[in-house]
Amino acid sequence: MTRRFDAFPYMLLLPAFFLTVIIVAWPLFETFRLSFTNASLRPGEKYVGFENYVEIFEDDFWEVITRTFIWMFFGVLIKIILGVTGAVLLNAALPGRGLFRVLIMPPWIVPIAIGVFMWSWMYNGQFGMISGVAQKIGLLSGPFEFLAYKNSSFIATIVTDVWVGTPLVSLYLLAAMQSVPNELYEAAWTDGAGRFYRFRRITLPLIAPSIFTMALLSAIWTFNSFDIIWILTEGGPRGATTTMIIDTYKTAISRFRFGEGSARAVMILICLTAFSVGYLILLAKASRRTGAKG
Amino acid sequence: MIHKYKWWEKIGMYLAITAFLIFILAPFVEAFLVSMRPLEAVFRAPHRFFTADMSFASYVNMWTSVPMLPRYIFNSFFISCAVTALALACIIPAAYSLSRFEYRFRTGILTAFLAVNMVGAAVLIIPLYKLMLAIGLLNTYWAMIIPGAAFSVPTGIFLMRSYFLRIPKELEEAAYVDGASRLYTLWRVILPVSLPGIIVVAITVFIGAYAQQFLFALTFNSIDAYNPLPMGLYQFFGRERVVYNELMAASLVGILPVLFVYVFLQKYIVAGLTAGAVKE
Repeated sequence: MTRRFDAFPYMLLLPAFFLTVIIVAWPLFETFRLSFTNASLRPGEKYVGFENYVEIFEDDFWEVITRTFIWMFFGVLIKIILGVTGAVLLNAALPGRGLFRVLIMPPWIVPIAIGVFMWSWMYNGQFGMISGVAQKIGLLSGPFEFLAYKNSSFIATIVTDVWVGTPLVSLYLLAAMQSVPNELYEAAWTDGAGRFYRFRRITLPLIAPSIFTMALLSAIWTFNSFDIIWILTEGGPRGATTTMIIDTYKTAISRFRFGEGSARAVMILICLTAFSVGYLILLAKASRRTGAKG
Repeated sequence: MIHKYKWWEKIGMYLAITAFLIFILAPFVEAFLVSMRPLEAVFRAPHRFFTADMSFASYVNMWTSVPMLPRYIFNSFFISCAVTALALACIIPAAYSLSRFEYRFRTGILTAFLAVNMVGAAVLIIPLYKLMLAIGLLNTYWAMIIPGAAFSVPTGIFLMRSYFLRIPKELEEAAYVDGASRLYTLWRVILPVSLPGIIVVAITVFIGAYAQQFLFALTFNSIDAYNPLPMGLYQFFGRERVVYNELMAASLVGILPVLFVYVFLQKYIVAGLTAGAVKE
């Protein structure tokens, strides 16, 4: 029996399709096109070939790429470590667990920008809480302006990024933990396996796929994150926190150099795609080797 | 029993929870304490948690020194509601289509929507700016609503689809047997039973929309009356002498609505994310 073409499922897709094409697909295409032009706020643009790409690599662009990956790596690593810890604690059968579940989420709920306003005050050297407490307990001998120095501002932006991202990672991993069948734990428990052994041999392998998925998603979000760095440092001091996103935004929107900015945006997409594909290939290899389900 | 903890395990876990909560809540506590101080005390070193001169004065004064504050809060709320409505109108039919029907390119379409997740809004900001300029939407609410909705569609489809997949197909079949059309079935049979799932997706989109507003407002909007709360307050940064106590008071008051919504619907969110995260 041959079935007639059915338009209904396609029609249901139309609204989402239109919105995505107009706001994502077309601009994506346009970014590629613009990256080969000298477009700016002035009308009229000329195609300039690979000039923009050559130009960005004449600047300190390698440094920006490296910095972005370091920023992302530490941000994601800490988020995953804290996320697993948080999920274990959220999952523990302790009195007060419900309250903990409510109190851990605010950084995810609150608009990122407003959370970052609060952090910018915390980092204040003269009057902020971190510097103040550190002096009180003797870690610092005097006021320390966290956002004024290269290394400390880099670390400060990572800490805030971890603060913003950890709750959601914890929640996702909690969800994964709750889907592990209870019988497995009971069986292991009857065999006399300790709590840590059960965690390492049952929980961890079974939630590993969720951890890897979350790490990839988290990496993409961290790579694309804008608000945190922009509000805390605007990429400074002296470029110490300028990631690829900040660099792109500054070139394109603050200086209206759309062509050059687009070339930088394309580099972001290339880096992200390369990273994701590489990550997935490594993951597939690793799971084949260990025979674990990926 | 299996979950019985030894006393030192309990202490260890409560210590870890405390450390966690200090990290998570410190900025809020500090913001609250700053909002309680008079301005001279805010800029008084060394740092102290409590001072004698604390009061709720900032919460009164901010309404006059940030006259647009109610407008910012309204804008944030309005934009997020509009984003949620527009996004749901796209997400629900698309997710239904991708969960219920077999057709060519289905997997491809699903993958394409998921791939959109990889593209951050900031990457596309140049063409989006040009687009908004060309169609005359710069400095309107639309410039913040439409992109906000578009960037929440992929995740929304993903969550909503996993919810639809759990609804038994027999429901629709029964409706067809009774002679209902497919659109009618979606509207009158499927949507009512999916309400818990729709609520979760709506909250997730709403919270996401609230968070995204900053970039779009910073780039597409220069009219103060249309600024959402984060952007409205951002303008007070970097000024000669930031009125931090009132700024923090305004931030805390501004986020109360979202926090309120969250505390009430917290259970559903955890349950909904559980479904979305594990399935697939």
